[in-house]
Amino acid sequence: MTTQPYRLARGGRIDRAKRLRFSFNDRAYEGYRGDTLASALLANGVVLVGRGFKYHRPRGIMTAGSEEPNAIVQLGVGDRTEPNIRATQVELYDGLSAASINCWPSVEFDLGAVNGMMSRLFPAGFYYKTFMWPPSFWMKYEYFIRRMAGLGKAPDAPDPDRYDKTFAHCDVLVVGAGPAGLAAALAAGRAGARVILADEQAEPGGSLLASGETINGQPAAEWIAAALAELASMPDARVLARTTAFSYGDHNYVQMVERVADHLPPASSPGPRQRLWRVRAGQVVLAAGAIERPLVFADNDRPGIMLASAAATYVRRYAAAPGRRVLVFANNDGAYRDALALLDAGIGISAIVDPRPDPGAAIVAEIRRRGIEVLAGHVVAGTKGHGRVESAQVMKLDGDKVAGAARSIGCDAIAMSGGWNPTVHLFSQSGGKLRFDAARATFLPGAPVQAIRVAGAANGATSLQDCLREGHAAGAASAADAGAAGKAGDAPQAEPATPDEPAMPIWIVPSVKPVGEGGKHFIDHQNDVTAADLQLAVREGYSSVEHLKRYTTMGMGTDQGKTSNVNALALLAVTLGHEVGAVGTTTFRPPYTPVTVGAFAGHDQGDLLDPVRKTPLHGWHEIMGAPFENVGQWRRAWYYPKPGEDMHAAVGREAKAVRTGVGIVDASTLGKIDIQGPDAVELLNWVYTNAWNKLEIGRCRYGLMLGEDGMVMDDGVTTRLGENHYLMTTTTGNAARVLGWLENWLQCEWPHMRVYCTSVTEQWATVALNGPLARRLLAELTTDIELDPAKFPFLSFREGRVAAIPARIYRISFTGELSYEINVAPSHAVALWQALMAAGEKYAIVPYGTETMHVLRAEKGYIIVGQETDGTVTPHDLGMDWIVSKAKKDFIGKRSLARADTSRPDRKHLMGLLAENPSEVLPEGGQVVAEVKDRPPMAMIGHVTSSYFSPNAGRSIAMALIKNGRNRMGETVHVPAGERVIRATVTEPKFFDPEGKRLDG
Amino acid sequence: MLLIPCPYCGPREEVEFACGGEAHIARPANSDRLSDAQWSDYLFMRKNPKGVHYERWNHARGCRRWFNVARDTVTHRIYAVYKMGEAPPSVTP
Ligand SMILES: [Zn+2]
Repeated sequence: MTTQPYRLARGGRIDRAKRLRFSFNDRAYEGYRGDTLASALLANGVVLVGRGFKYHRPRGIMTAGSEEPNAIVQLGVGDRTEPNIRATQVELYDGLSAASINCWPSVEFDLGAVNGMMSRLFPAGFYYKTFMWPPSFWMKYEYFIRRMAGLGKAPDAPDPDRYDKTFAHCDVLVVGAGPAGLAAALAAGRAGARVILADEQAEPGGSLLASGETINGQPAAEWIAAALAELASMPDARVLARTTAFSYGDHNYVQMVERVADHLPPASSPGPRQRLWRVRAGQVVLAAGAIERPLVFADNDRPGIMLASAAATYVRRYAAAPGRRVLVFANNDGAYRDALALLDAGIGISAIVDPRPDPGAAIVAEIRRRGIEVLAGHVVAGTKGHGRVESAQVMKLDGDKVAGAARSIGCDAIAMSGGWNPTVHLFSQSGGKLRFDAARATFLPGAPVQAIRVAGAANGATSLQDCLREGHAAGAASAADAGAAGKAGDAPQAEPATPDEPAMPIWIVPSVKPVGEGGKHFIDHQNDVTAADLQLAVREGYSSVEHLKRYTTMGMGTDQGKTSNVNALALLAVTLGHEVGAVGTTTFRPPYTPVTVGAFAGHDQGDLLDPVRKTPLHGWHEIMGAPFENVGQWRRAWYYPKPGEDMHAAVGREAKAVRTGVGIVDASTLGKIDIQGPDAVELLNWVYTNAWNKLEIGRCRYGLMLGEDGMVMDDGVTTRLGENHYLMTTTTGNAARVLGWLENWLQCEWPHMRVYCTSVTEQWATVALNGPLARRLLAELTTDIELDPAKFPFLSFREGRVAAIPARIYRISFTGELSYEINVAPSHAVALWQALMAAGEKYAIVPYGTETMHVLRAEKGYIIVGQETDGTVTPHDLGMDWIVSKAKKDFIGKRSLARADTSRPDRKHLMGLLAENPSEVLPEGGQVVAEVKDRPPMAMIGHVTSSYFSPNAGRSIAMALIKNGRNRMGETVHVPAGERVIRATVTEPKFFDPEGKRLDG
Repeated sequence: MLLIPCPYCGPREEVEFACGGEAHIARPANSDRLSDAQWSDYLFMRKNPKGVHYERWNHARGCRRWFNVARDTVTHRIYAVYKMGEAPPSVTP
């Protein structure tokens, strides 16, 4: 166990009484409660925490917040391990274990660093230029790219943690609990608004947590505590720490992720690990603060180089020294205050390097008074160091070049600042446009599109007083707009600050050599994109920001370019000779920071992912050992294997039994729609292709339903139960869609029709008897229904009792055999089934599943909508002209059948295909070609829609949609199947009992 | 995600609804007398405006009623909802 050599003796918001052990790259360390992993590593003097993505150069901690591009780690072990986590956001807990990524085999000795020596091989667009051809090499490329690039490892076991989801509503949502956000929440809450205040950090306060300023005469920390106490006392104000608002959608829909237990050891808390908040906010106050800009100078990526505000944050909030001799390189006065914070903590400042020729603010004078050298009109033209920065090469700035001799200044850290970028991500996501502010040299929120106000540093404010004032005003105005009538009180007051002198934008810091030669000017530290890469891309013609981004991968890392985008946009503009800001910005997309997939899934996983629908007979199928097939949300019994049988054997036995004796199948999943009303028949005439006027009470008719485009949408049998009463059946998967279709037409097009449609799918269980012995079996169980085919013909319906159970019996057939579909109340389904099985024993009754059902219907050439059809198939294509009425003036889809394309004679037709080898089963979905070539492409003339081995035909059978198929009868076609090509003959799509003689048994 | 004020139920989340596309497209009577071009205009051609769009929505996971919405396709602001059969309100963005 090492001590903490860089821990300051006093100060910080850490709890020195709570020591926490942790490991990084398998080495043990100690930190304190209140540390982040980053601050604890710094306190332990660990500055080399990872490697660059492309060149594998050593990298350290660059920021103290969610914008961190460098210090991303693999966190945790086993099934809880998580890649690409920002060490700056990880709260330390006892036993934490983390490791570097992008390193192979280790962070100190990394083979990939050789990439740095061969960097000419990695220019802008290197993915596009290098990994192009041949395609078969991609597998090899990928292996090495993944290995070298690292980017962490996903766990390979299921996530053991639980996640939660919450919907919430509020009058005012305040994003960010820094000075502006706290002031806004206080104002809105005092006015009586329902408030949610969310902040991504472990505790509210934002920049105040590392501030020496006072508010209302109190030290910042005391004011924060008072503000939180006041919010807690309000009846409807909720403060959410560790909660990132990551997405801003339409109608003020803001999604946030709360890291409920990530700061605790794994599995140590009973609640969820994270919670997804879906907030519908009346008004939003965005007080998300600002992110400091790095300076783009040569070799600005060495460990120890960090943002000036981060250096001050580590010192003030965490009592961790980023170094012992820190050089400050900044173009603005704010960094001088950071330098002062370091000095006050006893940290040495080697020098302050400022490109401004004559900085003269009071803070500069104070720094000089404390004996610190200020090198005005100078820049850092390069850095040196192994594993950690050791010196800066400081030179005089002369226009856009450096002049004179370089002075090497020793340092073990560089605190840099190029100004500030307001965190406008959510504002941009809300639809608001950004405008470039030349004075601040950054993008600020423009006019809002939704009910959002931006306050504080996110709005470009720089002084604490401005942040408090803007936050208070935004909170008060939002509350008023949300209808809260109370008084917002007074804005909190900070001490008046002397105004800063303007910063001096410097988008690329010159070096001795031209950019791209010698050192590297990194812009995007996470994706290793340099200024030279951007300039090369511009020379190659990429002048649009969106193209440039994709070509160079700038801003495309997990940090989404939080520290790099504005620098890149400015450099692009400068290179193109435009005004900075004229090239616009890339799109800000959610999420603001990466969100665990588990948070989105919440409880909707495993058995809870999707509702499962089971028929009333499900339990019986289970007992019989049937495997189940998913049909939409339904589970359907697939086949009933006897001991030793595989699917092929079981289906062969079941299919033969149906055609020689009697089979029983659970058809309860079929969609059923009860249609009643005087205009019911008119509705049927509109939605089906055939005519319904003459259907008598007690009779059934098959119908084909088309979309208005003339394509087959559904099919099923509809029965006339009474004068104005029909029962429509639909395919299992389409039941909801067909009901919606009917309602759509009735409500929107024909509101005059007096028709009611009700789904009764689950009100009836359906048991179908099929086979020549079906009538004999049924006769044993019913006394009040005449089964004589003359009295109860095919396509008719009777009501009566079966096994003493009230039943509706339909004589319809999906097998071509004598068939009775018996419908009973679901509560009677098992009794009915058992009665039929018992009575059927002497007839060797066989239960069969969906696979046999499919084989039997295919033997007859009956279609399944969604298998033989795919939304591009007309009745004519299916050879079903017989069901399309010529007499009806109109029906849905009729006109489309006469369009030039739908009436072409050479469309794809549904045909039979018989493989030359009768034992060979064609692959379903297999492409049909007329002419075989050595390799693709080959002209495709169709595809196999259904294919089975038919036990009753004694051979393989298939149906296929084949171009101009009816004129290819008897032709040989080919179906490539992997290495083989199967030859097959085009036939009629009927393989058994083509004359249909078996329907009456 | 939109917050859609169903005229029958009140404001509900978009996940409860299904969008039916452009509103006020009456199915042509005498479709048999239409040319292919006229029929395909009904079948395929939609306005797709940048700005106010009158469209049909169905509260599919609620009351199952269809109704009309005047929505801005750029800002997604909903200016009005009105029942089937009612004339579209004039909207000035
Ligand atoms: Zn509704």
